[in-house]
Amino acid sequence: MIVIRGLAVLGAQVMSMLAVVGRLTLFALETVTHLVRPPFYTREFLHALVQIGWLSLPVVGMTTLFTGGALALQIYAGSARFSAEAVVPSIVAIGMVRELGPVLGGLMVAARVASSIAAEIATMKVTEQIDALVTLSTNPMKYLTLPRVLAATLAVPCLVGVGDVIGIMGGYLVGVTRLDFNAATYLKVTYDFLEFGDVMSGLVKGAVFGFIVATVGCFYGMNSGRGAQGVGAATKSAVVAASVLIFAANYILTELFFTS
Amino acid sequence: MIELRDVHKSFGSKQVLRGANLMIPKGTSMVIIGGSGTGKSVLLKSVLGLITPDSGQITLDGQDVGTGDRDAFLARFGMLFQGAALFDSLSVWQNVAFRLLRGRLKRPKAEAREIAIEKLRRVGLKPDVADQYPSELSGGMQKRVGLARAIAAEPEIIFFDEPTTGLDPIMSGVINDLIREIVVEMGATAMTITHDMTSVRAIADNVAMLHDGVIKWTGPVAEMDASGDPYLDQFIHGRAEGPIEAVR
Repeated sequence: MIVIRGLAVLGAQVMSMLAVVGRLTLFALETVTHLVRPPFYTREFLHALVQIGWLSLPVVGMTTLFTGGALALQIYAGSARFSAEAVVPSIVAIGMVRELGPVLGGLMVAARVASSIAAEIATMKVTEQIDALVTLSTNPMKYLTLPRVLAATLAVPCLVGVGDVIGIMGGYLVGVTRLDFNAATYLKVTYDFLEFGDVMSGLVKGAVFGFIVATVGCFYGMNSGRGAQGVGAATKSAVVAASVLIFAANYILTELFFTS
Repeated sequence: MIELRDVHKSFGSKQVLRGANLMIPKGTSMVIIGGSGTGKSVLLKSVLGLITPDSGQITLDGQDVGTGDRDAFLARFGMLFQGAALFDSLSVWQNVAFRLLRGRLKRPKAEAREIAIEKLRRVGLKPDVADQYPSELSGGMQKRVGLARAIAAEPEIIFFDEPTTGLDPIMSGVINDLIREIVVEMGATAMTITHDMTSVRAIADNVAMLHDGVIKWTGPVAEMDASGDPYLDQFIHGRAEGPIEAVR
């Protein structure tokens, strides 16, 4: 009896999760359809671009700088076992550009942006500002969701690009100052080793992660419960869901790009 | 004219509207009264299309509110929300002129600002409030800004959701007088939901009593005190004893 009850609870949770996935997918599709249906709110888009892109730069930059440095130390320690210390610049570069830059950038943006979007829109819902938008003949999907999703989809690849450079710079600084690499050689090896496809795959990942972060933030904000508890739950769910979806999407994209 | 016929709405297992019927003639002020949780807000939001009824029909001038051009339909309405629902990220004048800065009613920015300041003056606020943000204003001032926003585009129909909730008696009186003046001046059709009897007597031409999801009584405000309806009597006199259970 206890087993059956346990299975019933598990089944109900799985069904509930699938329902959320379904509603999130429809929400994302509806957002995309607004891309080709006016009106467009340029001011809201530019505001979102600054909020999501420009203001996320310090946190993404700091994260990738320290990660690049730590990565250089780890690769040096590991490769020393095979007397292959010379691979440090190339592995730091490929690790940052293909994986760590986009994933860490995406996660930091998820923490910073998905939470703030969800909290802002959920508060607007609780205080009837979303209803007010509708009565003022303004579609909340066009006014609130599309500008944020579009801005994140365009801004996160730029953040990833800048994060890649800063992360490689972190590895370079550690390599030159702590691991006795020649500065010019380090940069030349990095430059020679990286391919166009490596960089592009990271930027495409960034765009997908940006889309996920903003869509999930808007979705949970628009569907929040009542009161402070509802806003808190929406914020928490947005960050958790965005982070998990980033990891899942990263795996799928890596399969697509690098296994053929 | 706004007409509701046999409107039902449930949220999960909770039946909020159980066959509401109501008629609001053009150019009149209808006040819907009823206790908390009786479905007043649901009724009002159903007319606006913010909530879709499960069954029944709502028409505006004979046309179903769920059909036709939605933007054109909403352009006929203005609404004052219970908490004013001002947009935090916009200044006061941008809130008031929201409709005039975008969409089919879009005007040049300078003209929209001028209209916003004029509407603010109409609700008793000085022009220097225009560049402040909603969080810098008191509750009464926020209500006035919400009222200015509701009338900014000169709508034919204005809805007021609990216009005096959370205000002191003097500010409530000011808001009630403003609503009455504006509705008469604009010749607008008004629908107000409230449980403040002072507001009812100040604003209403007609009153409808909503209880248990249906309209229990409706008629001119002058006939309200002598209606003989036990639900209405209990409500307007604030008695704990009567057909309305005190604990809902």
